[in-house]
Amino acid sequence: MSAHRLYFANQARWSGWELAFWLAWVVAFFIPQSNLALLSQILIWGLFAVSMDLLLGYRGLPSFGQAAFFGIGAYTAGYLSKFGWTEPISGLLVSGAVAGVVGLAAGRVVRGLHGVALLMVTLGLNSLLYDFVQRSTELTGGDDGLPGVGFAPVLGLFKFDMIGRTGYLYTLVACFVIFLLLRALVRSPYGLALLGARDNPRRMQMLGAPIDRDLTLVMGLSAAVAGMAGALLTQTTQFVAPEVLSFQRSADVLVILVIGGAGFLYGGFIGALAFIFLRDLFAALNPIYWYFWIGLLLVLTVTFFRRGLLPALADLWGHRRKPVAVDAKHPKSQEVAP
Amino acid sequence: MSIALTMLFNGLTYGVLLFVMAVGLSVTMGMMNFANLAHVSLAMLGGYLTITAMDHLGVSFLVSLPLAFLGTMAFSWVLERLVLRHFYGTDDLTQVLLTIGLLFMSVSTVAYIWGPSFKPITMPAVLTGQMPVMGLSLERYRLFLLAIGIALALALVFGLERTRFGAMVRACVDNRRAASGCGLNIQRIFALTFAIGGGLAGLGGALAANLLTLDPNFPLRYLIYMLIVVSVGGMGSVAGTLLASVVIGIGDVVGKYYVPQAGGIMIYLVTVVIMLVRPQGLLGRPA
Repeated sequence: MSAHRLYFANQARWSGWELAFWLAWVVAFFIPQSNLALLSQILIWGLFAVSMDLLLGYRGLPSFGQAAFFGIGAYTAGYLSKFGWTEPISGLLVSGAVAGVVGLAAGRVVRGLHGVALLMVTLGLNSLLYDFVQRSTELTGGDDGLPGVGFAPVLGLFKFDMIGRTGYLYTLVACFVIFLLLRALVRSPYGLALLGARDNPRRMQMLGAPIDRDLTLVMGLSAAVAGMAGALLTQTTQFVAPEVLSFQRSADVLVILVIGGAGFLYGGFIGALAFIFLRDLFAALNPIYWYFWIGLLLVLTVTFFRRGLLPALADLWGHRRKPVAVDAKHPKSQEVAP
Repeated sequence: MSIALTMLFNGLTYGVLLFVMAVGLSVTMGMMNFANLAHVSLAMLGGYLTITAMDHLGVSFLVSLPLAFLGTMAFSWVLERLVLRHFYGTDDLTQVLLTIGLLFMSVSTVAYIWGPSFKPITMPAVLTGQMPVMGLSLERYRLFLLAIGIALALALVFGLERTRFGAMVRACVDNRRAASGCGLNIQRIFALTFAIGGGLAGLGGALAANLLTLDPNFPLRYLIYMLIVVSVGGMGSVAGTLLASVVIGIGDVVGKYYVPQAGGIMIYLVTVVIMLVRPQGLLGRPA
């Protein structure tokens, strides 16, 4: 076997940690008292954060507008069901496709930008969409949510039930399948090209890599994943309101990813677990001041574990994986010393 | 016609408020390349300081304004020396996340100290009511704001263009490395500039306490406006920030009056278009 084939074969190998991670979600289903609705929420947040990871961790692009794609997916799923297309799996795929196409367009628009300008344009586009959806009450129901959302049983067999058993399994399977595809993607030559463009775009250009085209494509892919996460939320809760598009959600997903660690796909899920559990814990301790602790957590994370909680713990245990994410501390690679 | 002119005037004074709150952020971003989202928390702090000074020290609103400026300036100086200066070399995202974290903490801390509800402020009689100006009936407080805004803008331009310290600041904005090579004490200039910028934000917050609702969620509501003003104007450019503040202020007030159903859409649209056409902002230098 040639060297590069060996490399990719090596990359594709599953480690025990990864298997244990996914098995834990299956086990959680069978634990009698587990709160499946909450766990579904965590999986959805996790998948959403993974979409951000594709953009930020692998391509080094920060965005304040990721919730726009999440919301587009969520509303597409909602409208499909409102107009009679209640089959969930095809609804999920269509929602992802719609969000993906919008993502491609957005990627085409922003590809000349970086740094503050990029953050501002993504923030502006996100706020634009949010304001529009929130104010078009006849069209979207405004803050009361879209009326008439409901879904047919999954595969025609499993109805979405009150305690969320179907919803949980459906979300878990969807997340796992999407994750498998992304895992293959980031370990492919395309994934390597993204990392290269993240770390040194100028050099990648000199090597003849089409970094502009790659960027548009990765925005589209990331948007499609975010859109499917949004569709999962609509389908499992049978509800969609403008909150899915809010700037707060865009900021929260960044926080989740950074807490979990960017650049190795699992960071999104770990961050979502930590974020949602801590949020519930702090909110139960004190409903008014809980955001203080989230803020402190964020400050401590960027100060002491810049690469995220999990990589920091892995360092501690000496189990440092040889990750693709060599250095999640993206240097300002665009900058050249004067 | 008189309604249109009054709207224009109200938008202009709203823009002045945005300018006073944001100008410090623009200069520090241009100078140190440091994205400090918690700048808007400093504005909130100024607002609360002015209310506290009036309630507990019994001073009038006009006396409380310089107190708010000095108090916020001292706080900014400590914040810069203790925390922020350790993050100057890091990437944009680290800075954004760090300062968003600080912003979250400020929201809860202010709610803890001053209570979660809206704080009203009592104005002296001189600054309340209307006043006829060239056939229009304008609010006295807004006229006062306009006067302060003009005075501050002139003072800033004079300070930056005509004083020794201003020349040092401009040198640092233009080329930090060369300025340092010429023997300027970069760290001290940074600290002082940051403190003055923070103090101005505090003053802006104190001035805003009467017009915009002052409650612990103030930073979350006005962060987006402040970021828009700074990036549309061009980082590091005082004139650009002034221009952007006035454009955004007028656009927001006039837009919400005539097309209420569009809400903030106008502002966001303008921002997106300007950032796409000129990523460095209206008067910013090309990156």
